[in-house]
Amino acid sequence: MPAGVGRTVEDLRLVNLTKQFGVSKAVDDLSITISAGSFFALLGASGCGKTTTLRMVAGLEDPTSGQVFIGEQDVTDLRAFQRPVNTVFQSYALFPHLDIFENVAFGLRRRGIKDVDAQVNTMLDLVELSALARRKPSQLSGGQQQRVAVARALINQPDVLLLDEPLGALDLKLRRQMQIELKRIQSEVGTTFVHVTHDQEEAMTMADTVAVMNAGRIEQMGHPADVYEMPRTIFVANFLGQSNLIQGTLASFGDVVEVAAFGLSFKMPSQRNVAPGHSVVVGVRPEKITVLDAHDETKLPSTHNRIYGTVTDVSYTGVSTQYLVETPWEQSIIAFEQNSIVGDRCELGDPVVLGWAPEHTFGLDPAEGIHAGLDRAVLELESDTEA
Amino acid sequence: MRWIREHVIGAIAVMVLLYLFLPIAVVIAFSFNNPASKFNLSWNEFSLDAWTQICGVPGVCSSFVTSVEIGLISTLFATILGTMISFALVRYRFKGRSSTNLLIFMPMATPEIVMGSSLLALFLNLSFPLGPVTVMIAHIMFIISFVVVAVKARLQGMDPRLEEAARDLYASPSATFRYVTFPLVLPGILGAALLGFSLSFDDFIISFFNAGTLVTFPIYIWGAAQRGIPPQVNALASLVFIAALVIVLSAQVVAWRKRKALAVR
Repeated sequence: MPAGVGRTVEDLRLVNLTKQFGVSKAVDDLSITISAGSFFALLGASGCGKTTTLRMVAGLEDPTSGQVFIGEQDVTDLRAFQRPVNTVFQSYALFPHLDIFENVAFGLRRRGIKDVDAQVNTMLDLVELSALARRKPSQLSGGQQQRVAVARALINQPDVLLLDEPLGALDLKLRRQMQIELKRIQSEVGTTFVHVTHDQEEAMTMADTVAVMNAGRIEQMGHPADVYEMPRTIFVANFLGQSNLIQGTLASFGDVVEVAAFGLSFKMPSQRNVAPGHSVVVGVRPEKITVLDAHDETKLPSTHNRIYGTVTDVSYTGVSTQYLVETPWEQSIIAFEQNSIVGDRCELGDPVVLGWAPEHTFGLDPAEGIHAGLDRAVLELESDTEA
Repeated sequence: MRWIREHVIGAIAVMVLLYLFLPIAVVIAFSFNNPASKFNLSWNEFSLDAWTQICGVPGVCSSFVTSVEIGLISTLFATILGTMISFALVRYRFKGRSSTNLLIFMPMATPEIVMGSSLLALFLNLSFPLGPVTVMIAHIMFIISFVVVAVKARLQGMDPRLEEAARDLYASPSATFRYVTFPLVLPGILGAALLGFSLSFDDFIISFFNAGTLVTFPIYIWGAAQRGIPPQVNALASLVFIAALVIVLSAQVVAWRKRKALAVR
């Protein structure tokens, strides 16, 4: 879009941002910098403070303390209508009494711009809705309404575009389509997008930076792959994807850390261990694990970490096979095996050995409790499949 | 037997509709009567006199105009006040809010005869001269209740995100009201105003107590009923009915067009 060329986009900075509702802190001393032009996802379960954060950036909620900067400008005390920020609302909030054209033109008209036709038409082209310009919002499908909401916000060329669960009301297929669409729009206009969602897959596919939020704080922030491959807290390990977590104690340190648990020993590079003390939670992602029949243990590289157990469940899902393996200490380990292996799969009741590379192992601080982030994530997952 | 079963609901519906509309049909029919005596009660012969000389009887048209004027002015004031009260009640938390909420319903719940006589006592005590002003004060009072009920419902049903979206899109508080809130609440206000006007126009009891020498249309009819109602009253009443019908039908047409536009997509 030509409008996006040649304008400077500014960083968004939150400094010690706090929002207190009564006794509970919805957002707790949040300080982050979101660099200009990035696609930033704020990921968390409902009630974690992500929407409140977004509303404080938009100016729809006053922070209890802290500041919001756009570039060098402190916008904390500016009212919503004075901020160079626009929002795509969860329920779109299109004006039902105005047609699509007027909905999109709304922001321009309020700023006293008389000749809006060219800009509105360009914008409607961008979201491929030119043919429906004179329809009312109620005459549009959910996906179309969603695109109007994006167009209505983007036409104002905001420094930051805020998206509050913008795809939550769409069905799965449409959501995938809109994810691609939103990424395309973002790369065309170059505006900073701050996207709030509880859908981890959505956050990982769309964003170049993901921040996992829990109880008003950011648990971990970074490139989606980095956060996924090396979670820094039990909450992140459980909330973002799935993890197998085993409680152990530190046996030796050095460049390679060794953790002893249930008579076994797990190795990992020391920079992958963030546990401060002797008590360490060892973690590994399910798809990193190789499942082998106990007789074939020699096929595992000698450096691999390993666990012995019995297969209690096998589910074939097409691209992969999911195994549940029970360990002698009665913990269920989940493992995903790509269906690219020639030969037999392991079967129910088979004694197996699970192996994975030390480089895929991570060590976490057990203070949070081994189930942190788990129940909520499961709940969200269930509500997703219902939708 | 089966035929009866299938048509029994339709038959009942037709009977109920007849029950509702027969009196109106009689009123309209007798506006075309040329009564044999003072009383327009039995059919004599067809005549257009009442329609061609609709103001032919002294007092009938002036009372009609009086009622329309009182209705319009009362509705205007009551609608403005009622709308403001609704916004205050829905949007702000203040001391006495819940009691205001309760008191605003009182005029709707109080029997008209009680309200009319109490108001009369009040005006007499204050030595306030009875006339159009006292009637309007009384009408504004009870119309406000209906306006508040209608506008409040509309306001409460409005998605608060719409106003947030307007603020987010550079609309100042006054612009938000002008371009979003007011247009969205307007149907509720208009509906309340229509209802208010019809309540004022046909109010008899409260008006009768507080009118003094003023003659509104219902008061005129009441007086005429003693001496015999001229067919002009039927003609005027038919006009009112037709006006109401036109309003309702045009609302239906608008809704039908909207549905049709929806079906096109």
